[in-house]
Amino acid sequence: METQLKGVRTATPVAQTATRPKKKSLNKFITISLFLAPAIIVYILYVLYPIFTTLLYSFYKWDGVGAGEYVGLQNYINLLSDNVFWTSLTNNTWVILTSIFVQIPLGLIMALMLLAPIRGIRLFSGIYFFPFLISTVAVGLLWVLMLDPLNGIINQLVSLFGFENVEWLSQTHTAMFAVLLVIVWQFSPFYMILFKAAIVGIPEELYEAAEIDGASAFTKFFRITLPLLMPTIVSSSILAIVGSLKAFDIFYVMTGGGPNHSTELLGTYMFKQAFVNFNMGYASAIAFVMFFLAMIVTIIIQALDYYRKKKGAYV
Amino acid sequence: MNVAIKKVPLYVIALILLVFTGYPFLYMISTSLKSRTQFFEKPYSLFSSFTLENFKSVFEMGLSRYFFNSILVSVIAVFAVMLIAALASYPLSRMKFKLNRVVFLLFIAGMMLPIHATLIPVFKLSQSMGLYDTVWALLGPYIAFSLPISIFILTQFMQEIPASLEEAAKIDGCNHFGIFWRVILPMLTPALMTVLIYNFIHLWNEFIFALVLISSPENMTLPLGLQDFKGEFSVNIPGLMAALTLASLPILVVYIFSQEKVVKGLAGGAVKE
Repeated sequence: METQLKGVRTATPVAQTATRPKKKSLNKFITISLFLAPAIIVYILYVLYPIFTTLLYSFYKWDGVGAGEYVGLQNYINLLSDNVFWTSLTNNTWVILTSIFVQIPLGLIMALMLLAPIRGIRLFSGIYFFPFLISTVAVGLLWVLMLDPLNGIINQLVSLFGFENVEWLSQTHTAMFAVLLVIVWQFSPFYMILFKAAIVGIPEELYEAAEIDGASAFTKFFRITLPLLMPTIVSSSILAIVGSLKAFDIFYVMTGGGPNHSTELLGTYMFKQAFVNFNMGYASAIAFVMFFLAMIVTIIIQALDYYRKKKGAYV
Repeated sequence: MNVAIKKVPLYVIALILLVFTGYPFLYMISTSLKSRTQFFEKPYSLFSSFTLENFKSVFEMGLSRYFFNSILVSVIAVFAVMLIAALASYPLSRMKFKLNRVVFLLFIAGMMLPIHATLIPVFKLSQSMGLYDTVWALLGPYIAFSLPISIFILTQFMQEIPASLEEAAKIDGCNHFGIFWRVILPMLTPALMTVLIYNFIHLWNEFIFALVLISSPENMTLPLGLQDFKGEFSVNIPGLMAALTLASLPILVVYIFSQEKVVKGLAGGAVKE
């Protein structure tokens, strides 16, 4: 009797270790799946599957209804000899350059102003941020009016300096410049916020120490502030590059890519090919190129980030 | 005295920036309060006598419908995103499993994604689901494209909640869902606010999915409806400006009342604290 009981007692723990972990890991698997399921289903349906399908469509000549005709890489080959495609790519590059070399420095200046010892700066800072809040469509329409050759305030300003009225948005050599100006207006406040957060995070003692050493405001900025802002500048540039590749709304609203493709972007060109000309296959090829470029940029940035962290230059 | 003079350039720069960022809004609002004849006589002056006629005419042109659609779709999408992203962030930040890193990166990669790469398939999908040209067609893409940033913000926050709290709940007999609801979610409020503000502003202003998925005026959201007003340009500029003012108002009001939160929310994913 007693030996039997002992046997049972010793048997159970053995049985437990054999079956419980299996059951436990199955339970864990089910729990994790349930937590993740809603997000994964939506994400697959509206993000992953569409990207894959876009790649698939890009091998077809297809008007969006009925069956397409398989053409292999023809869409991509046509793209290479399509002038509008290259114009778009160049224009996207302009957007990137403007973002990095105008918006980010301006955002930094704005952030420095926010922290400058000026009376009323709290009110100012509230207004500095306005442009980033309102919808791009509203921004676009507002600026179309501001740039209007007859009633626009910009031409009023230009005429103060003795220049003739300029039809900003309907001339090929001024349209791009005008839209880029609006992009600067709209997005600089975003970088302002990033820089403000970073500057506030710089320890006060560094400035105090520099003060004791008799450093000027100028020296303090270039020796303390700017170096410590490098990580923010890098991450802002990443956001600027990726954001510029995606640019669409403001161009669509203000110029629709015109006049004569002078403000065409990959985004507006893809949209036109897909939903105006119904060249769905060709449009898919453009869309996939956009995806590919974004992916390359991301991979390069991640790789650089990885090496930087390995070197331990800065966090 | 010397200090005061030194500050003059600072004030000048601050004022230039103020005019640069603020003047267009002043122009928008003052134009929206002018009558059409007033506008054509003096397009640049601030209003001398003002009229609310334009706001009335804008509502007659169907702006209230756009408002309704925008509120409907952004509110539903934002709350769905908050729930779905919080659920997904829980195992991603607090449980060890094989594919954790892969799943996480797959979501985060969505932040880099150009929407254009999904546009045609999403358009076809909404047609085959019978949702094309209804506000409901926007829900799926809006939720899906808000997930990456939301999961990014929420996992960062969840990682910092101490494990000891979870252990205590486990001892009390809570399973993972219990821990999520009773322990994690209540502590998540600040991060959820960030997610709410960020996504609400972005979805309120979203344009390209609306442009592709909606064609009838009665189903349009605000940005799309405003774009439709563009035709008014040659006719009724004060009316157009009234429409722009009204469409921007909700967000500007929210911003004025909780400036800090909105700024923090919009910087959300980009500022690591």
